[in-house]
Amino acid sequence: MSTRTILVLVERTKGQLEDSALELASEARRLSGGGPVHAAVTGNGLGDLPGRLTEWFDQVHVFDDLQLNEPDGEATAELLFALIDRERPWATLIPHTNNGMDLAPVLAVKADCPLIADCLSLAATEEGLSAVRTVYGGKVHARVTARATDKGFIATVRPGSCAADPTAPGAGGTVVPETVSELLVPHRRFVETLIPEAGAVDITQAEVLVAVGRGIEEEENLEIIKSLAEALGAEVACSRPVVDKNWLPKNHQVGTSGLTVKPRIYIAAGISGSFQHMGGLKGGPFIAAINKDPAAPIFGVADVGIVGDLFDIIPLLEEKIRELKG
Amino acid sequence: MEIIVCIKRVPDVSEVEVEIDRTGQGIEETDLVYGINEWDNFAIEAAVQLKETHGGRVTAITVGGEDDEEVLRRAMAMGADEALHLKDPAFENSDGYGIATILHKAITARPHDLVLTGAISGDVGSGHVGGMLAAKLGIRQVALATDLTVERSRATVRHEVEGGLERVVELDLPALVTVQTGINEPRYVSIRGIRKVSGMEIPVASASDLGLDPATVGREGARVITEELFLPPRGEGAEMLEGDDEEMVDTLIERLREHGGL
Repeated sequence: MSTRTILVLVERTKGQLEDSALELASEARRLSGGGPVHAAVTGNGLGDLPGRLTEWFDQVHVFDDLQLNEPDGEATAELLFALIDRERPWATLIPHTNNGMDLAPVLAVKADCPLIADCLSLAATEEGLSAVRTVYGGKVHARVTARATDKGFIATVRPGSCAADPTAPGAGGTVVPETVSELLVPHRRFVETLIPEAGAVDITQAEVLVAVGRGIEEEENLEIIKSLAEALGAEVACSRPVVDKNWLPKNHQVGTSGLTVKPRIYIAAGISGSFQHMGGLKGGPFIAAINKDPAAPIFGVADVGIVGDLFDIIPLLEEKIRELKG
Repeated sequence: MEIIVCIKRVPDVSEVEVEIDRTGQGIEETDLVYGINEWDNFAIEAAVQLKETHGGRVTAITVGGEDDEEVLRRAMAMGADEALHLKDPAFENSDGYGIATILHKAITARPHDLVLTGAISGDVGSGHVGGMLAAKLGIRQVALATDLTVERSRATVRHEVEGGLERVVELDLPALVTVQTGINEPRYVSIRGIRKVSGMEIPVASASDLGLDPATVGREGARVITEELFLPPRGEGAEMLEGDDEEMVDTLIERLREHGGL
């Protein structure tokens, strides 16, 4: 069996290593068939992080430079391109995050590699790189294959979809300092990072959340959600479409582009359950989903599900809870 | 300012029982309602708003068959000045790279200060086309924009990054920006508005018009091929409650109580 070199882009958020790093390290190890697994990490002042990564990777390519203080998709694409060109990995794995979405398509054209986006699982086959990914908003899964080229493949992998090995393989890797040239400067000029304003309520601290999505249809209908939340002593959260319409402020949005919450109970009403939304829900809460679409992906991740009209179910639920609480 | 907005017609599957077709590589299309890709609708609105502020011209472009023309008419009803329909049997079953290749050929031949695309599409959802198109055009790009302004030859873009954060960056034009939902409030398109543009001629360009080798696009040129589609296991893990609303709500309350939610 042939071995393969796999390169992983390690991502950090606010200086912290993302879970995706170890998930991708483990997935890369499985794909490599015993070949070397490399990491690339970028930043300014990475400290002991590269050393820690040598537990998981055979080579850790470190781009530590003042210019990389603020992550920039175009700059990262350029650095990775040079690395791919030199190391010739069979595949490069990138977390399918906002950052990954920003850089991977650009990188794929620069490096002339086939790209598969938002993979749930990966496999090396005779034809090339095979992956399962979701289409039609998660309602359908697709098995796709990137045809083999002499340039290798790029895949962005959905965070949380691959299991991280429980312990580091003790790779005993080496740290490879990389030089960062100055050509990064003119791409994007960084202006500022915006941190969402905390509102009157902090949904990240709530024990019980009643969350609402597109299924609420009209702004006025939010009242039934607020009323249920009040009966439960819960806070109101929502998915993206509700914020897009300005019906609730951004600090109520749960998801990869919103807030990360860790409630004990999560009641999702009229939420389809996109991965961007579910990505903001951590800590393994008990999830109750109410949706009129029996094929809504939320029922694939919920603990208990009701296929029904939320305009009937929610008021009834509230009424019964108020009765119970006297 | 010359603004190009790349759009796509997609089926709305949000409340539909999707079925896999007999080829195993597509979905049953008979009962589906098609419309503008949600992200692209915001991109058109962003383009039209910029034109209204700064002057210039908005050109809407799509790659697709006969039926896909409707999204171009819709874009014109929203205020796009021109449209271009890239249509050729050779374009069918193109992957994201193929679509970017086709768009590149069309856009590189015309003035473009700002190119907008939706961040992803509601059907394939790869989010490939914008970044690939920018790289092919050799222009700067930024993905997932939630705000976009232009001052002289510079775009200021707010875009989503990790951890619920947003970052503001500046790019020199020409540039490409992929647009996230919620960046604006897309205007309503009335039937009357559509009727007004129904007589306007929409130019069509084929592979040969674009000087494009048909073998580099379509199924033949695809770098990523779909082997099969399948439905994910439904409700795996979830206890699906049964009975009438009363019974389901009673059980739900029981479950919430068991898990300390009451």
